[in-house]
Amino acid sequence: MAELTYRDAVIRGIAQEMARDPDVVFLGEDVAKAGGVFKATVGLYEQFGPLRVRDTPISEQAIMGAAMGAAMTGLKPIAEIMFSDFFAVCFDYIANEFPKSRYMSNGQLKCPLVVRTGNGAGSRFGAQHSQSVENWCMMIPGLKVVAPSNPTDVIGLLAAAVRDPDPVIFFEHKSLYATKGEVADGEIVDTLGTAKIVRPGKDATILALALMVPRALQAAETLQSEHGIDAEVIDVRSLVPLDTQTILGSVARTHRLFTVEENPRLCGWGAEIVSIVADEAFYDLDGPPVRITTPHIPLPAADNLEDIVLPTPARIVETVRRSLGA
Amino acid sequence: MTRNDDIGEQKRLELYRTQVTIREAEQRAFDLFLQNLVKGTSHLSLGQEAVAAGFAGAMKPGDLSFCTYRGHAHTLARGVAVEKVLGELMQRDNGLMRGKGGSMHLTSAEHGVMGSYAIIGAHLPIACGAAWRAQYKGEKDVSVCFFGDGTTNIGAFHEALNFAAVWKLPVVFVCENNLYMEYTPIGDVTAVPHPAADRAAAYGLPRIVVDGNDADAVYRTAQAAFEKARAGEGPSLIECLTYRHSGHSRADPAKYRPEGELERWKQRDPIKLYKERLLQFGVTEDAIAKIDAEVRKVVDDATEACKAAPVPPVDILTTDVYADGGWAWRN
Repeated sequence: MAELTYRDAVIRGIAQEMARDPDVVFLGEDVAKAGGVFKATVGLYEQFGPLRVRDTPISEQAIMGAAMGAAMTGLKPIAEIMFSDFFAVCFDYIANEFPKSRYMSNGQLKCPLVVRTGNGAGSRFGAQHSQSVENWCMMIPGLKVVAPSNPTDVIGLLAAAVRDPDPVIFFEHKSLYATKGEVADGEIVDTLGTAKIVRPGKDATILALALMVPRALQAAETLQSEHGIDAEVIDVRSLVPLDTQTILGSVARTHRLFTVEENPRLCGWGAEIVSIVADEAFYDLDGPPVRITTPHIPLPAADNLEDIVLPTPARIVETVRRSLGA
Repeated sequence: MTRNDDIGEQKRLELYRTQVTIREAEQRAFDLFLQNLVKGTSHLSLGQEAVAAGFAGAMKPGDLSFCTYRGHAHTLARGVAVEKVLGELMQRDNGLMRGKGGSMHLTSAEHGVMGSYAIIGAHLPIACGAAWRAQYKGEKDVSVCFFGDGTTNIGAFHEALNFAAVWKLPVVFVCENNLYMEYTPIGDVTAVPHPAADRAAAYGLPRIVVDGNDADAVYRTAQAAFEKARAGEGPSLIECLTYRHSGHSRADPAKYRPEGELERWKQRDPIKLYKERLLQFGVTEDAIAKIDAEVRKVVDDATEACKAAPVPPVDILTTDVYADGGWAWRN
């Protein structure tokens, strides 16, 4: 056991997989000699050398395309897109190329790659460097989408993503890089498509992802201590594949559903889950499912404004309390 | 003239057969479209056959082709069966991808045809990645990426050229300049006269322009570029000057051409030119006619087989979305 930051967990996760498999290679902007703009790849260049850890020009399409071409011919590339907002300049690969080549070729082509990216708000970077865009990827058949909330999950899910034969988009939350957690020694490998109940409870199910997980947990403690509400918190972790069994099982026990989403309101990941629950567990519900999201606006830069728009523990507490009539 | 120059008779007959196969198969595809048997869209390379034949003729097994939606010619040139190509165009179960891809996405991994890409520019970076694998693994195959003149004005072209040059990748970029991006003359929308070659200097690459209607010239140029790539000396960008005899796609009658332009280019029809070349090198009319007849029979037989083939079964709808063979996105 060692205490590790989320940032160091990224390094350890990549290193674990590169040490295991010589076909794992890593490319991105400023990732090698500079160790990454978030310092989440420090030391990899020194450990694995210039053939396996490669700096690229500011060419997101070249990064994504090169990863795909390497993947389809036998390597297991990890590509970094510095900020997930930049997906918009290389979205062809995410929307049209990675996820469709296997299908269109009737199974002749493969695309086993991982795209790591810095996602989410909290750094006062404004509207083009702060977005949570998991839902941009969730909607595309053929992709897998994960977003870890803690150092152990970073290592385990990254390992699972690298070993997965499909294209996986791996969202790292920028505001979690400095957070710490206890991490076991030795190899850690998790399973994609598994949610985790991080706080059991009986009165309400709160689903959260990435930075929203610690906020939901904090809210659950307040709900318990101040309002006598025993909330179950589920870290969704993987949007595709989606662990609907864990979610539906929880709703069957608690009879209430809340989602805490950092994305703007429309078509956020919670909307899909609410629709599944409404369709398949309607009679388990004692009240309407409630989505707690960022309002449907671009993100502001100023700290006081950004703090208001993201779901906070206080907003989660207030929403759940009011909905449960407590 | 001697039959024993650097190319030789056997290779010339192969280059001729490849060009005629493309010509016959694509003309058949057009006929079948008029009979409503080829569905969707299709983008023909009639008039551009020498580019596909010359490059494929210089490629070795294991070399990889990356094509655009105008990819029938390059797919056939790597030896993929005419029936498989026509079957895909007719969206039958005997098609190359059983109708799941269609005309714009012809793929035959076993022949090194690593996909046909219908988003302009997308496959240049992908070809870089395949070349990176070869470089990393110390393998000697070359990735060859074909695209049209219109591609030279999209960002991915420039990103890929710079990337390939900086990483010194064994990739060969082949621009088929057929003078029209789609319906608009490429010269009307491009800052330089040669859309590919005039950009080469920006990436530290030599300026290469070749007569794309002369299969021998294409073949020799390809050989030199492949040799450079295999020697670890990095990428090449080659502009092949050619002309498409048909419209951009099946929906395009190509009425934007100036009068007489098509006729002038047909004087330089690559197959006509190559037939003359074969005769100059002592190949007999009979030998040429024999190839023509053999190819015609292959295309006729393929057509009949495709007409008789069933449509794809509905149960393949949900296969191969993910690597486990299925489409499950939840448990």
